[in-house]
Amino acid sequence: MSTDMVSVTIDGVPIQVAKGTMIIEAAKQAGVVVPHYCYHPSLPSPAVCRMCLVEVEKAPKLMPACVTAVADGQVVQVNSPVAKKAREGVLEFLLINHPLDCPICDQAGECELQDFVFQEGRWGSRYDDYPKRYAPVEDFGPDVLYVPNRCILCTRCVRFMESVAGDSVLEVYERGDRAFIGIDPEHALDHPWSGNVVDLCPVGSLISKDFLHKARAWELDKTASICPGCTQGCNMTIDTRDSAVVRLRPRPNLDVNRHFMCDTGRADYRWMNRGDRLEAPLWRDAAGVHACDWDAALDRLASLVAGADGAVVVLAGGRASCESIGWTLQLAGRRRRAAAMKVPMGIEAPIGLVPNLALRRERAANLEGGRLLGLSTDWVGAIALLPGTALAIVLDVDLDDADVLALEAAAHVVHFAAVLDPRMHGADLVLPIATLAEEQGVFVNRDQRAQRYLPAKSAPGMARPAWWIASQGWARAEANRRAPTTASEAFGMLEPFAGLTYRDLGLTGCTVGAGIAGAAR
Amino acid sequence: MGYPHPIHPKETPVLSKHFGEVAARTYAGWVERGGYAALRKALGMAPDDIINEVKASGLRGRGGAGFPTGMKWSFMPKDDGRPHYLCCNADESEPGTFKDREILRWTPHALIEGCAIAQLAIRAATTYIYIRGEFTEPYHILRRAVDEAYANGVLGANALGSGKRIDIVVHRGAGAYICGEETAMMNSIEGRRGNPRIKPPFPAVAGLFGMPTTINNVETLAAVPAIINGGAAWYSKLSLSSPKSAGTKLISVCGHVQRPGTYEITLGLPMKELIYDLCGGLHPGRTLKAVIPGGASVPIMTPEEVETCPTDYEGIVAHGSMLGSGGMIVMDDTTDLVYVIMRLARFFAHESCSQCTNCREGTAWTTRVLERLLAGEGKASDLDLLLDLAENMTGKTICVLSDSCAAPVVSGIQKFRADFDACLNGSRAVVTVGA
Amino acid sequence: MSAHETVVHDPVFGGVVLAKLEALYPQYPDKRSLLLPALWLVQEARGWISDGSITEVAGQLGLTPAYVRGVVTFYTMYHTHPVGRHFIQVCTTSPCGICGAEDVARALVQHTGCGDLGATSADGRFTVIEVECLGACGFATPVIIDDDFIDSVTPERVPEILARYP
Repeated sequence: MSTDMVSVTIDGVPIQVAKGTMIIEAAKQAGVVVPHYCYHPSLPSPAVCRMCLVEVEKAPKLMPACVTAVADGQVVQVNSPVAKKAREGVLEFLLINHPLDCPICDQAGECELQDFVFQEGRWGSRYDDYPKRYAPVEDFGPDVLYVPNRCILCTRCVRFMESVAGDSVLEVYERGDRAFIGIDPEHALDHPWSGNVVDLCPVGSLISKDFLHKARAWELDKTASICPGCTQGCNMTIDTRDSAVVRLRPRPNLDVNRHFMCDTGRADYRWMNRGDRLEAPLWRDAAGVHACDWDAALDRLASLVAGADGAVVVLAGGRASCESIGWTLQLAGRRRRAAAMKVPMGIEAPIGLVPNLALRRERAANLEGGRLLGLSTDWVGAIALLPGTALAIVLDVDLDDADVLALEAAAHVVHFAAVLDPRMHGADLVLPIATLAEEQGVFVNRDQRAQRYLPAKSAPGMARPAWWIASQGWARAEANRRAPTTASEAFGMLEPFAGLTYRDLGLTGCTVGAGIAGAAR
Repeated sequence: MGYPHPIHPKETPVLSKHFGEVAARTYAGWVERGGYAALRKALGMAPDDIINEVKASGLRGRGGAGFPTGMKWSFMPKDDGRPHYLCCNADESEPGTFKDREILRWTPHALIEGCAIAQLAIRAATTYIYIRGEFTEPYHILRRAVDEAYANGVLGANALGSGKRIDIVVHRGAGAYICGEETAMMNSIEGRRGNPRIKPPFPAVAGLFGMPTTINNVETLAAVPAIINGGAAWYSKLSLSSPKSAGTKLISVCGHVQRPGTYEITLGLPMKELIYDLCGGLHPGRTLKAVIPGGASVPIMTPEEVETCPTDYEGIVAHGSMLGSGGMIVMDDTTDLVYVIMRLARFFAHESCSQCTNCREGTAWTTRVLERLLAGEGKASDLDLLLDLAENMTGKTICVLSDSCAAPVVSGIQKFRADFDACLNGSRAVVTVGA
Repeated sequence: MSAHETVVHDPVFGGVVLAKLEALYPQYPDKRSLLLPALWLVQEARGWISDGSITEVAGQLGLTPAYVRGVVTFYTMYHTHPVGRHFIQVCTTSPCGICGAEDVARALVQHTGCGDLGATSADGRFTVIEVECLGACGFATPVIIDDDFIDSVTPERVPEILARYP
């Protein structure tokens, strides 16, 4: 055993953990949840909720698991009668002024107070005869409401703004049982990352206006995904109710975004619910535009590529997956003269005090993936080559009017798109593609980390992942070509990722490019 | 006015020798009374020798916990190259306690001298004296004394010509009992809410401004010059009982005694003598009902317990309570213990910092139950409820404010059950509980 | 938000008050530690601590207004609202309580015309509050009026004492 490891026993489970690990994290590794409120792995621990008190052999009193480091040979009881009685007491105290308005509370179903009271709270309160304290709902910021009655003063929000965002607009005001979370009256909670306080709040005290009364937590399906907003590649969860995306939330990844995502990314989901989607391939001939089936569309695609008399230009958007970019380039083949990604630029918005975490200027999630696969960022150069180009392949990109005009100079245009762009009436073939929310794929973030996203809902009509369309077209263009049958295969067949499978990436990704060896981690 | 009173033959005036002498407040007056000789002596001593002298004297913390002072000083690192700090706890606000106030008012230079010597021992250039905001008069007196000490070269870059830097800053609190808790005090000096900190790290490792820090009570520090002057051997022999309880202790006595005030006793003096001889006993026709011997947060004693109790650290523990800060509340037979305990609970609820759930909610709830008992609206189950709340408030929080609220509730119900029963069965006259 | 928000704040920290604050800088290793002293200076100068003053103090010390307000509201001696010309604090905690302090508090409310604890008299002369332990339990009932400590107050002495504070 390494000297950096210690052996502890938690609820009878012997484990070895790194020296310095707090009991609460060690317990997680032993498969034991220590109920808690103020503790959060991405925030400093104040040990104030007193919920995580555990019995440590030989300690004279219960110890807070969140700030007590493990010691070699330690025996910890999380579910002993004494520890349970202590938690029952804390829960009763917390419920003194907490309204039982779960039926109208957005947090219900994912509320840590509700969960732990249900799990081990006492039956009924002895704090009868007294009315609960009341204070009206306050508007804290663009997307945050504060419901003071529900607040249990865990101070996660205060610590987030102070220690993570570096913008102390929240503070505990007053003291004793008069204390509440107050906001600077001259400021709003409008830091670009302030929406995280809603996720951090263990109860329904800080709630999102956008999500207000939209769904009950238990109606939501949750899908692991990656934010397509910028090159940071924050891990996120897409929450869908039926087939509608109703909320995006950060998914923990300590190497990328810890437990956070920015408000811009969080708010950008409505496009995933568009009703005016392309549902069938469209083919244009002299007589006009016709919807067709995939068989016809893929044949047409293959023949357009095979018959292209001259150079091919590929124009891709920043949200296209590695699979889609890779197979579109494969489709374009050796006649490719230029291939570029359009990278919209915005303002860099760092979270504040966490290193290497920001809403990045480059608003193209797969910029690095594109680079690895051979895309340049010389969009203007690629557009300039369009006159005289035999075939332009446009892959899921927001075109401006100048781009559209320039495309008219290409002999033929194939457009991979989720929504019909009426300005692109000259396209020979429009291929309906699935969006991020509807397909599996991989983005590579700015730190060369390849990360998977999963489908949260089904694609409309005949829409398919762009990689599937491109690879099928490629296979049909020449005999003896075999197209990948799964997304994982489509990924592993790409040269920069050779040998990697989705399984290797897991759900939090791994580093590629310079160090494919990172996959071994 | 109960004080200054003539020194009683059973008192041992060491710290209180010059109480009541206005001239002792001035630098000149203090020097005339032998002041700053101890500091001069200490300036010629090695820091560890000062620590050893204080260790040998048996001096223990006079703020409440009773931790051996020399030992506490020895926890400070040596030659670590970081700034060290001394904090003097002058946030006296434990109900029943008003002894430090007398030192601050009458012999501020004794405190300054004690701070300076302690600074030498723990290698700290700066002391922050944290004085509670409500102490307006003591604050002004202390400020004047510190200014005078600077003006006369006792403090500053070249203290008493020694070439050593000794600074003292008087930092005024603003109304928060909890700032008497040492880590809360450090937060308050740093300009924060007075929330107690989690220990570890202990102050000697990372205290004020993250630096090694020692926190001592006013009375503890004021006793240091006397020890340096008189020697550890002399001081350690000042005991009428256990050798573990050495020296003199200021006891502030209030409540239903004829002569309330601050008395200096040799530790071990029978509590009965303190109450009946020094303080003149109870008012005529009254009998003793209860004593809280060490400030509001210690268990309440019965007359039987008082009868045989010596006033020292170990003796009071053996008799069911604690010496604590030495703030003694004496109650006669007209006292309703439920009222006393309710007011104490209300005090703690008012002073809870709000951090820990058990304290924030428990102190307020306990107060409400006691209020309803007093109003004659209690339920038979309320006493069990109070005891269970007390259990949920004891040993569960960062600091001991919550425990302090629970202690008198538990001891009150255990030892003065009749008062609670009277509230429940209607035999007590219903009192309107004040706002 | 409070009503005084629209009032243009007249800066406290200029001239003598600023000089007093700056004189304290060398006593502490960082600016944050000046917070309690700075708030005392504001209260000395203005009698209370307004929203504008909070923002100003925050600016002086490089803190946020929310942080400063959190500190102000933690400590009971800082007034976040204007108070009477004379501020009266009467201790009613247990040791004083058993010596009749609540009667003294009632007498103070009655003779000042404040109507209630925490309220200010109609003429703006007095505010009376009940405080927890003034650390002068042997001198029951202790009362602090402005900066003056008055011991052994009884209900009978109240009118005479108040007369000293016009």
